Amino acid sequence: MITKKDVEHVALLSRLELTGPEKDMYTRQLNDILEHFQFLARLDTENVQPTAHVLPLQNVFREDWAGLHISREDALANCPDQEENYFKVPKIV
Amino acid sequence: MQFTLRTAHEMHDQLIKKEISAEELNKTVFARIDAVDDQIGAYITRTRENALAQARAVDRQIRNGEKISPLSGIPIAIKDNICTDGIRTTAGSKILSNFIPPYSATVVKRLEAAGSTIAGKANLDEFAMGSSNENSAFLVTRNPWDTSRVPGGSSGGSAAAVAAGAAVCALGSDTGGSIRQPASFCGVVGMKPTYGAVSRYGLIAYASSLDQIGPFTRDVTDCALMLNAICGHDPLDSTSAKYQAVDYTGFLKDDVRGMKLGVPEEYMAEGIDPAVRGVVLKAMEKLESLGAVVEYTTLPHTEYALPTYYLIAQAEASSNLARYDGVRYGIRAKGSEDVIDMFMKTRSQGFGHEVKRRIMLGTYALSTGYYDAHYLKALKVRTLIKEDFDRAFKKYDLLLSPVSPTTAFRIGEKIDNPLQMYLSDICTISVNLAGIPGLSIPCGFAGGLPVGLQLMGRHFDEGTMFRAAYTFEQNTDYHKQFPEL
Amino acid sequence: MPQYETVIGLEAHVELKTRAKIFCDSTTEFGGAPNTHVCPVCLGLPGALPVVNKKVVEYAIRAALALNCKIAEFSKFDRKNYYYPDMPKNYQISQYDLPIAKHGCLEIDTANGVKKIGITRLHMEEDTGKLVHQGTITTTPFSLVDYNRAGVPLIEIVSEPDLRSPEEARQYMEKLRTVILYTGVSDCKMEEGSLRCDANISVRPVGTGGFGTKAEIKNLNSFKSLQRSLAFEAERQIKTLEAGGKIVQETRTWDEGKGETLSLRSKEYAHDYRYLPDPDLVPLLIDRQWVADIRNSLPEMPDQRRLRYVKEYGLPAYDAAILTNTKELADYFEECVKAYPHPKAISNWIMGDLNRLLNLHGIEITGCKVTPQNLASLLMLIGRGTISGKIAKTVFAEMFAGGKAAETIVKEKGLTQISDKRVIVAIVDEVLARNPGPVEDYKAGRERALGFLVGQVMKASQGKANPELANKLLREKL
Repeated sequence: MITKKDVEHVALLSRLELTGPEKDMYTRQLNDILEHFQFLARLDTENVQPTAHVLPLQNVFREDWAGLHISREDALANCPDQEENYFKVPKIV
Repeated sequence: MQFTLRTAHEMHDQLIKKEISAEELNKTVFARIDAVDDQIGAYITRTRENALAQARAVDRQIRNGEKISPLSGIPIAIKDNICTDGIRTTAGSKILSNFIPPYSATVVKRLEAAGSTIAGKANLDEFAMGSSNENSAFLVTRNPWDTSRVPGGSSGGSAAAVAAGAAVCALGSDTGGSIRQPASFCGVVGMKPTYGAVSRYGLIAYASSLDQIGPFTRDVTDCALMLNAICGHDPLDSTSAKYQAVDYTGFLKDDVRGMKLGVPEEYMAEGIDPAVRGVVLKAMEKLESLGAVVEYTTLPHTEYALPTYYLIAQAEASSNLARYDGVRYGIRAKGSEDVIDMFMKTRSQGFGHEVKRRIMLGTYALSTGYYDAHYLKALKVRTLIKEDFDRAFKKYDLLLSPVSPTTAFRIGEKIDNPLQMYLSDICTISVNLAGIPGLSIPCGFAGGLPVGLQLMGRHFDEGTMFRAAYTFEQNTDYHKQFPEL
Repeated sequence: MPQYETVIGLEAHVELKTRAKIFCDSTTEFGGAPNTHVCPVCLGLPGALPVVNKKVVEYAIRAALALNCKIAEFSKFDRKNYYYPDMPKNYQISQYDLPIAKHGCLEIDTANGVKKIGITRLHMEEDTGKLVHQGTITTTPFSLVDYNRAGVPLIEIVSEPDLRSPEEARQYMEKLRTVILYTGVSDCKMEEGSLRCDANISVRPVGTGGFGTKAEIKNLNSFKSLQRSLAFEAERQIKTLEAGGKIVQETRTWDEGKGETLSLRSKEYAHDYRYLPDPDLVPLLIDRQWVADIRNSLPEMPDQRRLRYVKEYGLPAYDAAILTNTKELADYFEECVKAYPHPKAISNWIMGDLNRLLNLHGIEITGCKVTPQNLASLLMLIGRGTISGKIAKTVFAEMFAGGKAAETIVKEKGLTQISDKRVIVAIVDEVLARNPGPVEDYKAGRERALGFLVGQVMKASQGKANPELANKLLREKL
């Protein structure tokens, strides 16, 4: 059972600001979904290895060559707020 | 208007016979876009001038007697979650509504190298999260067969564009059925290649371990040509497989004699609309009549696929979508006190409901105290689902099923019930969990709406899928039927 | 009032000096104009994907072996999720449950002898960008972000909470720096941030088990600030406890100007990194042969080398410690010994004039113009009596400044020592004639007068007279 407090906590971790009605809506919907997913717990997976990758790939490397950059103009082209070629953000604390 | 509804390989023949120039061909397609896209809403961004410039370059090659590749001069729609250098790429989200990438995805570079022209950027559910295209921040895409209905999703714009003749081919991405389901709803061929067959570099990630780019086309031959152009190892994608490139057109043979096709009974069970089941069964009988051996089989963990898929996909998504914070690109909310406030306001204003819901579900599944029971559990069940397929493919060359339990539903029908919407992915998600290729081919109509047959194959065995699909196509004429617009 | 003891564990971050970043081709070069060493990958642009730089794995293994760690056979990268504007993706690609190496150790010399400090783990991760503030992080009205550093490869080396004083913590970091420098995987410049550390510190009454509540101190960019901040923080915690207060588990930053630690991130309400295996990167299977090859390519480590200098060259432990402090200096020393097998004489010169001039001019041994062969030749000239020790100092200063060979300078300036008895006798006679007073004094038994007279002989010969010979001849004449 996921409570409104859980939703608030998860929203904070996800950096989402929710209105009161949104909190209620998501609490209800996430409960519906997670409740429906409950039956997953029935399945015995005691001796099953998790699959994080479907392909048996390993040791994929690039060589240590410095090369491709983008220009500073390109780097900053989409920046919502900049100053002296830096990305500018509001105060941190 | 019949002209624009030709396939790429037919257009290629006309180009090399100089019956039409690439520029004229592109102009015709743009005329079609102008004529129908107000009704369909397939495109977020159209790139007419770029396309015509690219087409003129192809015409120069033709005039100079140079050999052109099969997709040269062919206008292709690119799903708007695939980055295009200098062309706005939004992922269907307000948060990226002004984002112009300084680089192109590997698939786009490959299509450009093949001489294709980019017709524009196709609409999608925001960040590819959805099954109806109703989650786009920009516009509603409508099904060309019935404009009161959804085209499917999340690659609904790509599917609708090809179905309506507003593009000859298209690229989509498929995380849980996002190519196959809209292909089925719109009556075109759509394919999700094996995970790792096509580079994901430049695809705006939804769920990285499931996402795969693939083509929409009007027939199987075009699908093979598109896969030829986009597949192959990419050193910029660590999950790209190092396999030998093959020419998939070599598999286009009208012959399925002796081919062993399994039908997982779980995919034909209750929940599948009887009319859809009827059409799919007829298609299976057709393949049987052409010499294939068709048998029922079982994928016993199918019922667990939905929670498994949603937990894994959303966990990855919650992390993949963290970067949209208003610092480096995209929109930024005004009037924030500090950086956390700015993050929260930007993300709340920039993301739609479905995206927020999925981010929260994923964050929850990964958070302390819930990780083992949700995310880790899902990774383990993923193993069981994959093993089901491994077992089935020891006996069968391909598996067959419906693509979607229903035909295209009405716009607004499921938007308020996320769980119902998720359940409509039931036939397509396991393919992504197992990383195998899946293809949707038009196999008939139910209530005047297209139905797709899903073919599922072994890892990197797209060839066998092409052979079966081609054979089916050669012996049916569903791919020759077009919506009235 | 109970006696308290301090418990410290350090998390050191070492930037690896690869050419390219850990997951892309952008350069790792320090100090470029802001946001010029970036690409779609390290800027976290939508759609960009990481691919591991093989050299980073090699360097991590190399450092881990030097720190006596066990190298994992199977390792992977994970995402550490938290929001911070210096992090382009709002997750850091790091390693969580399967780091590249574990279970190492490092020995430090304390007042009570050698102490072994455990190393819990060593893992690879990407560095963050850099925040520029007006004033300090707590007072600035806004911050500016430069992503040049984002994606520079780091290894994080986590120690066990085995350190018991701020001084031990500093010694550990200094030793860690020495060892890493020996491996050549980093330049460990604290002032450029290529070696940084965070410290976990708690206090507990002496004799009690368990640990007190710890604080994490960030932003320690010199050995001095490490030691000072820990001393401050230990005292703050003791005072708090003594006053009946409680220690809050929190992150604190070191304010160098104020000389105090300050609470940080008070607004970051929740910590939950939600690690997950990075689906964009595939696992690492570390080949044992690769590890063996890297191990074989490691140089002799400082501890071994120091012991060998005492045993093989008969050097005092003090000399051995200084000479082996950096690999380059030790290599220099050994090159000298090869050319002139008198280790103590060489050690004296290196620790004396050479180090003095290096420090004076702020030059590293690798930038020193005096080659080991040239230093050896100089010492040979002294040994053979061609020049005096005093002249040698002048010659050396010139060698240091211009890089010329000792013989060349001696020849050019005519500095060869005068050992010709007849020449010196002539000078002695002249000196005696000009200094009747001191001669009388000497004869009256004042031994010190002889020193004056020798000095006069040396002066008259412009320092070139063989001092022993001058001394002997003077005595004879007197």
